[in-house]
Amino acid sequence: MSKDEENKLVYGMLHSLKSFVGRISPDTSDAFQSYQTNNYRLTMYETPSGVKFVMNTSLELPLQATRDILHSLYKEVYVEYAVKNHMLSLQTPINSDLFKDKLEAFIHSKMRE
Amino acid sequence: MSRGRGAVDPKRVSSELFSLTYGCMVAQLLKDFENPEEVNKQLETMGYNIGVRLIDDFLAHSPSVTRCSTLEEVAEVLCKQGFKMFLGIVPEVRNWSSAKDEFSLVITENPLAEYVELPPHCQDCLWYSNIICGVIRGALEMVQMDVKCSFVGDTLRGNDSTEIRIKFVKILEDSLPAGED
Repeated sequence: MSKDEENKLVYGMLHSLKSFVGRISPDTSDAFQSYQTNNYRLTMYETPSGVKFVMNTSLELPLQATRDILHSLYKEVYVEYAVKNHMLSLQTPINSDLFKDKLEAFIHSKMRE
Repeated sequence: MSRGRGAVDPKRVSSELFSLTYGCMVAQLLKDFENPEEVNKQLETMGYNIGVRLIDDFLAHSPSVTRCSTLEEVAEVLCKQGFKMFLGIVPEVRNWSSAKDEFSLVITENPLAEYVELPPHCQDCLWYSNIICGVIRGALEMVQMDVKCSFVGDTLRGNDSTEIRIKFVKILEDSLPAGED
């Protein structure tokens, strides 16, 4: 599957899941957080401003730890190197080497923990 | 309250430099556009562009903040956390309309306008700190709230207080990108 197709699939699925979860739940402000199979867990962290971070991990990593990582990613990588860079458009796929490098460095440092 | 010059945190910039930079920018805009009304619009647009990004900076550093369900909550978070975080001031929330859809922010000390005096030709029409209105509008738009934000008084113009009026217009619905059902 190409990156583009995969992205559309994930986005569409998350959108449907979010609305489904909200409707079935007794509390309408309930939000979708993750789903799990035998092999992996997909975790989504959504900010009040609508930015969604999605990460697929193995099952060993606890859900809360994954959410914490995603929040740190938002705060330390996305805000610092994507949001604060006014030359970078946030409406199109992020095309910044600095951002990619910092993102990789962040993930590697988390994997070492 | 001075520390050795070498001990200054590189992430902090002196507030004087900030006020100077802002003043310089407004002065340049006045030179470029000549018409204070146009400068007001430019400041608001710049503020809007800042606001749509600043909201993420704010939310990342305030994980306890969730989507506000009432305008009162918005006013509270805006003043006690938003303004506090970025300008170091806490405006007062006043003059709620009877329908609770409008309120005023009253700023007692405006860090942008330190040492500033407006020239006579701008006294009646320039809103010097209009960038703040844009920031508020941009930031709230990113949390699905459409508001109108404008100055109604400024001590720089000889008014009693520096006051911003914020009016709730509507909630913005999430729109799907084209091609999705």
